[in-house]
Amino acid sequence: MARVLSQTRLNRRKFLAGVAVTGAASAPLAADASNAVAPSLPPASPRPSALRPNAVIAAAETTTPQPSMQAGGIPNSDFMVDVIKSLDIEYLPCNPASSFRALHESLINYGGNKKPEFLTCTHEESSVAMAHGYFKIAGKPLLVLCHGTVGLQHAAMSIYNAWCDRVPVIVMGGTDLDASKRPPGVPTFHSAQDINALVRDFTKWDDQPVSLQHFAQSTVRAYKLAMTPPYEPVMIALHAGLQEETTHERAKLSIPRYVPTAPPQGEMNAVREAARLLVAAEHPVIIADKYARTADGIKCLVQLAEVLQAPVIDQKGRMNFPNTHHLLQNSRAQALIKDADVILGLELSDYWATVNGFIDNGDKDGVGLQESHIKPNARLISINSVQLNTKSNYQDFQRFQVVDVDMAGDAEATMPALVEAVKQALPSERKAAIEARGAGMKKAWNEARVRTRQAASYAWDASPISTARMTMEVYAQIKDLDWSSVGADRQLSSWPTRLWPMDKHYHHIGGPGGFGVGYNLPGAVGAALANRDAGRFSVNFQPDGDFMYAPGVLWTAARHKIPLLSVMHNNRGYHQEVMHVQRMSNRRDRVASLRNDIGPVGTRLENPAIDYGKLAGSMGMWSAGPITDPGELAPALKKAVQVVKAGEPALVDVVTQPR
Amino acid sequence: MGMIALGVAAALNVGQNGALAASAEHGKTAFVQNGCWQCHGTVGQGSIMTSGGKRLAPDPLPWETFYAFVRSTNRAMPPYSGKILSDGDLADIYAYLQSIPKPPDATSIPLLNP
Repeated sequence: MARVLSQTRLNRRKFLAGVAVTGAASAPLAADASNAVAPSLPPASPRPSALRPNAVIAAAETTTPQPSMQAGGIPNSDFMVDVIKSLDIEYLPCNPASSFRALHESLINYGGNKKPEFLTCTHEESSVAMAHGYFKIAGKPLLVLCHGTVGLQHAAMSIYNAWCDRVPVIVMGGTDLDASKRPPGVPTFHSAQDINALVRDFTKWDDQPVSLQHFAQSTVRAYKLAMTPPYEPVMIALHAGLQEETTHERAKLSIPRYVPTAPPQGEMNAVREAARLLVAAEHPVIIADKYARTADGIKCLVQLAEVLQAPVIDQKGRMNFPNTHHLLQNSRAQALIKDADVILGLELSDYWATVNGFIDNGDKDGVGLQESHIKPNARLISINSVQLNTKSNYQDFQRFQVVDVDMAGDAEATMPALVEAVKQALPSERKAAIEARGAGMKKAWNEARVRTRQAASYAWDASPISTARMTMEVYAQIKDLDWSSVGADRQLSSWPTRLWPMDKHYHHIGGPGGFGVGYNLPGAVGAALANRDAGRFSVNFQPDGDFMYAPGVLWTAARHKIPLLSVMHNNRGYHQEVMHVQRMSNRRDRVASLRNDIGPVGTRLENPAIDYGKLAGSMGMWSAGPITDPGELAPALKKAVQVVKAGEPALVDVVTQPR
Repeated sequence: MGMIALGVAAALNVGQNGALAASAEHGKTAFVQNGCWQCHGTVGQGSIMTSGGKRLAPDPLPWETFYAFVRSTNRAMPPYSGKILSDGDLADIYAYLQSIPKPPDATSIPLLNP
């Protein structure tokens, strides 16, 4: 790891070292010639805490840097930019940091700040979550640069969400490995032997390149691994010295060509066995979670469901199946699972919880009620790529569930073969029964639609505003646009995915994966960025607790003109925890202490209430609210939609019912 | 539990309709203070996420059934003993639920029929 630093090149590290020595030698001085030779003075104490720069340092910090005088050499980080550009990465959401300053400089000056374009972020958690949301619309990963220690610790929660959600993000963390040469103090606080260790449990692969050729190979490898199902984040440690050095051997360096890996497919004998079971079943049920990676995945699942006229339960980890199709039967999920003789699970995050029930009531010595929801003779099929990449420490693999036909493969890649196998296995005498099943599904779908609308009418005029009313007030303003719902809707009783007609792959993008709070807002901004490039309108229902983790991402949206309508689901609390503390109080036969709030102490965001409109406005966004009267929603939303259509973000703060 | 419920109903001199004699206004306050709103919404509308889609109002369960469920449920909802929610407050909550009007028919709401 030798560092070849030109003697004639401005060397910031030596200047910093000089500052330290100077500080040891003298009292604070003006920037004049008197301390220009200070590095040669002997140390003394006490050391002042800060120094005025000497003339050389002052000139270096305040004047335009001169071009490198190394004839024929190029900055190593310029080559790194060539490698990054070979991967066609569009954006670089980052919070700047000294440990990748050389690459930063090359990206904007050598790379022209295009592909990737630097997006200024105010928190690394936001950077990674933006990349997360972006991928779920664009299908392409982004690169995130972060400080190797403090920045990576900020980013870690978002990386875990991406891991659980099977989303690729290319993370590079700057670190200065050479303890004898790196500046003391802050840069050393921010260095570590192995920064990747921090996230190794929830990244697919990582490396710490020690040469430029190594960097090229590892970066292309990282991208390739991240983009092979199961998609996952990857991590590259970026040595500061390697970035800042100069190479005279550019011509000898090569950049490996990126060739996508064919996704792993379920083994064909298992596919045929699954088809045989599905065709013979009287009550087959298809359940999809993180299944559809592309629009084709949705079409293929529709084909399978139609061939079998089998009900589909969409767990909404992705937009898997059109809710306008009569075979989408989410409202009858529990009944269908209980009655099923064959269940096909497609990329389920939690198969156990899909076919078992758990009630957190403290029964059975505190374990709670656990009960099977399926018939004893029900046959279970699974197609899931995640078991190809399971790690031990974090428990995102969930409880163990025995299945009868288990395929370690990508469900979307397997689906065409399964559809063909089902068609081939389908005897003509089964067709009448299957048609009759389809007629029953149509009737059930129509009845469920009526029930859902009636359920939405309850609390229609209430204040705080019902989440159903808010959902449909928004839809009235956007229904004629090419819209995309970019936030998770589970917290608001899933009204958007229950009430809005959704049949395009970008109509919703699922949730955070790991349920780490703080994903939704930056995830929505990232998805809106991808939608902006596709000419779509993005709308996000934004929970208040999630908002407050890192609201600065709204400034990023305003700064980079990312059009996004955020509608606050402002229930003024960490509502899940409101209910948890109430549950524990009841279990212990104690009154939950509220003090001056309307929920248990420590769970509410009130007294004072947060004004999200003002907060958004302070970051350069159009905003309205807080709105408590449902009658005032329409005019505010109408204005907000106009702002977003003009290319800017906007926020409407709505004080809502809890769920 | 049925006997207990009937006993309480008799003691409060309330029945299916008798709970109306309790205070709906105080019941609304008690509904919030005791955390009922957390899962059921402020007007008992419920949620598929927190109440299995079940609604408390309008047309709440018969008083005896309602009382027994609140006191003894061992399912998803945590039970409320008399120590933490008095019979009087529970009767008031019931009165509040009875006072909640029916919503308009969904077919008459233009936003629900886009």
